[in-house]
Amino acid sequence: MDYEMLLLRFGEITVKGKNRSRFEKAALSHVKSLLRAFPGTEAIHEYGRIYVRLNGQAADPVISSLKNIFGLTSISPVKVSPSKLEDIVEIAVDFVKSIPADKYKTFKVHGRRVFKGFPHSSQEMNHLVGGPVLSACPHLKVDVHHPDLELRVEVRERVTYLFCEVIPAAGGFPLGTNGKAMMLLSGGIDSPVAGYSAMRRGLEIECVHFHSYPYTSKKAEEKVLELAQVLSGFSGRIKVHLVPFTDIQTSLAKTGQDNLIITLMRRSMLRIATKLAEKNGGLALVTGDSLGQVASQTLASMNVIGKVTDLPLLRPLVMMDKEDIISMAKRIGTYDISILPYEDCCTLFVPKSPATNPNLRIVEHVEKELADLDHMIEAAVENTESVIVKPHVIIRKNQKDEPEVVQEQWF
Amino acid sequence: MKYMDYAATTPPHPEVARTIAEVMSLHYGNPSSLHILGEQSEQLLKKAREVCAGVLQVKPSEIIITSGASESNNAAIKGAALQFMNRGKHLITTAIEHPSVYECCKQLESLGWNVTYLSVNHEGTVTPEQVCAAVQDDTVLVSVMHVNNETGSINPVQEIGKQLKVQHPRVLFHVDGVQGFGKLPLSLQASGIDMYSLSAHKFRGPKGIGLLYVREGIKLQPLLAGGSQEGGRRAGTENIPYIVGMAKALRLAKEEQAQVAERLRHLRKVLIDGIAAIPKLVLNSPPDGAPHIIHFSCPGMKAEAMLHMLEEDGFLVSTRSACSSKKSEPSRILLAMGKSVEEASSGIRVSLGEEHTEQDIQQFLAALQSAVTRQEDLKGRG
Repeated sequence: MDYEMLLLRFGEITVKGKNRSRFEKAALSHVKSLLRAFPGTEAIHEYGRIYVRLNGQAADPVISSLKNIFGLTSISPVKVSPSKLEDIVEIAVDFVKSIPADKYKTFKVHGRRVFKGFPHSSQEMNHLVGGPVLSACPHLKVDVHHPDLELRVEVRERVTYLFCEVIPAAGGFPLGTNGKAMMLLSGGIDSPVAGYSAMRRGLEIECVHFHSYPYTSKKAEEKVLELAQVLSGFSGRIKVHLVPFTDIQTSLAKTGQDNLIITLMRRSMLRIATKLAEKNGGLALVTGDSLGQVASQTLASMNVIGKVTDLPLLRPLVMMDKEDIISMAKRIGTYDISILPYEDCCTLFVPKSPATNPNLRIVEHVEKELADLDHMIEAAVENTESVIVKPHVIIRKNQKDEPEVVQEQWF
Repeated sequence: MKYMDYAATTPPHPEVARTIAEVMSLHYGNPSSLHILGEQSEQLLKKAREVCAGVLQVKPSEIIITSGASESNNAAIKGAALQFMNRGKHLITTAIEHPSVYECCKQLESLGWNVTYLSVNHEGTVTPEQVCAAVQDDTVLVSVMHVNNETGSINPVQEIGKQLKVQHPRVLFHVDGVQGFGKLPLSLQASGIDMYSLSAHKFRGPKGIGLLYVREGIKLQPLLAGGSQEGGRRAGTENIPYIVGMAKALRLAKEEQAQVAERLRHLRKVLIDGIAAIPKLVLNSPPDGAPHIIHFSCPGMKAEAMLHMLEEDGFLVSTRSACSSKKSEPSRILLAMGKSVEEASSGIRVSLGEEHTEQDIQQFLAALQSAVTRQEDLKGRG
């Protein structure tokens, strides 16, 4: 089936009153950025909708790319006809005939006359179009209540749109319309899902990743960048801050507070993430915490850990079950990367019995004893490497003069 | 010396050779190692796989790196046979396949499989209808080569794939693409091809490396069990320099395909016309065969003697395919095409590459004419 157009619909944002045009513009620019991969296509914004002219591009790949755009609820591939009854009927018949006969048994036509100058009413259209379709497709029966196939005919002044598929899209709010946050991205299963959920609610996210190089391999870092790359498929690009955490981690380990080490580490991470948020204009922190999952995610731990930041701590997965998180990770394409078995900074010093009920006063006391902690936190922020990740490239500043490993001239 | 045996192997592209040397000296790390050298090798492996996948317009995860086409063909056919025994024990292939497919099927026959070897027409090809008609309830796999390595006959693999997938969607379709790649355009996606074998040294890459495309969702029993390389589908430490070299050669071959094919088609026409003008010779390649292979017979003459006479004049050609040329029996392929034993025993294959010029062809034809005359003289005396 060759479609001329796609019709993209907005959901929740239509209730946004005066701000609505800002939301629609954000969605439009997201659409336009993804359409760059399909030369010849163009996006047209009309009140409450976006149309994409395919100009010869196949509909399927474009749809599967646009399905990921937040703020869109559904996509319909559309046939376009001149607004003349005989043209509409001809195209409608061809359209329905092109659908494999075994897929649908019943159908109805749903006419809608937006252009009131059109000589036939919406009601009349149902019969005028439905009749010829029915005689051309003898395997179909009309069922006006629960049809398998609903052919919608939308008559406008210049052109008429025909479509029968309504493909669900990502929903939520358009990207970045609800501000920016720093997201703590580990190599695990949860945090990328939290990132996705945050983006879906219109947050722009920058990722913060803590590495313990040289105790963790570069592969752990590659893995995180790959996860960010999957997320960038939903946003076009993502900034990843790679924070050197080794020094802090080793001095925390030296305090001898074995069962508190995770708590202490998490507090330092949040302090660093908060500073990075200040530097980069983020107004919240996002984590992949899920209540009760591990020692640092008990309510008592969350309380002690969260005390170090003034920023709102957003935990999209806090009430989700692990099974649901895993199936979501599979759906968004991060699961297979997340389960790669590299040591990361969180698995490096796992104590035998991490505190599930840490005492705030003891934790604060231990931190006070570490005279250098503030300084080390500053240094970590200072030495953070920021990398831009896009769906097909990872752009990183080459700090050393070493030659690139993957040299373009070899390929 | 003019090398005219490109179907046997090709001279490596100078840029490919340089790339291999550089990668080999810089990146000797085992990609499975966790340290930095291993990690760098893995990056190169990943990039090479992406390049290969990009050229074939498939996903990187659908590429299994192998040691070459013989392994790819074995991995596809035996791998599928072992994996899908519960579906049945019947395979379909053609009578003109490369030994790495043919012998593989023979081996499976000895293990209790039934194999249908489709006969070919006088041009050495099968039809989609013929393939589909041979499918039985217990058929697991169809394996058809794209371009025959002896005669250059082109099988309609696109049409075979399309019809097969409409009529028998469960039957797997394997294509030995070795002689077709870089010479003829072919879309794996649009042709219903489930598995596709390639060998790097046939498109100016290194020997000892190749790949097998396996469509996502198809699981094969691995021939080489061991480490978890290639997603557990082919164990063994990866040969990074050769893999990078293959990726480069693959890309170059695809980019130059249309241009090279056009050039070769012209040379082939000149060569065919020249052979037709020598009365003793019989052309075996179909007129619209692959652009780089011309095969003819010299009935009544000794093929090997012809080969050495031409070599004396500076032209390196082949008696049929290199993989079978040390055997003295008549060519299985030519017999299958309906040629006489005499014709099938006296075949000469000329296979061309982008280096050849029209002048080379003219000189070759002159040498061929003189070789035929000398052979006739020999016989006269005998």
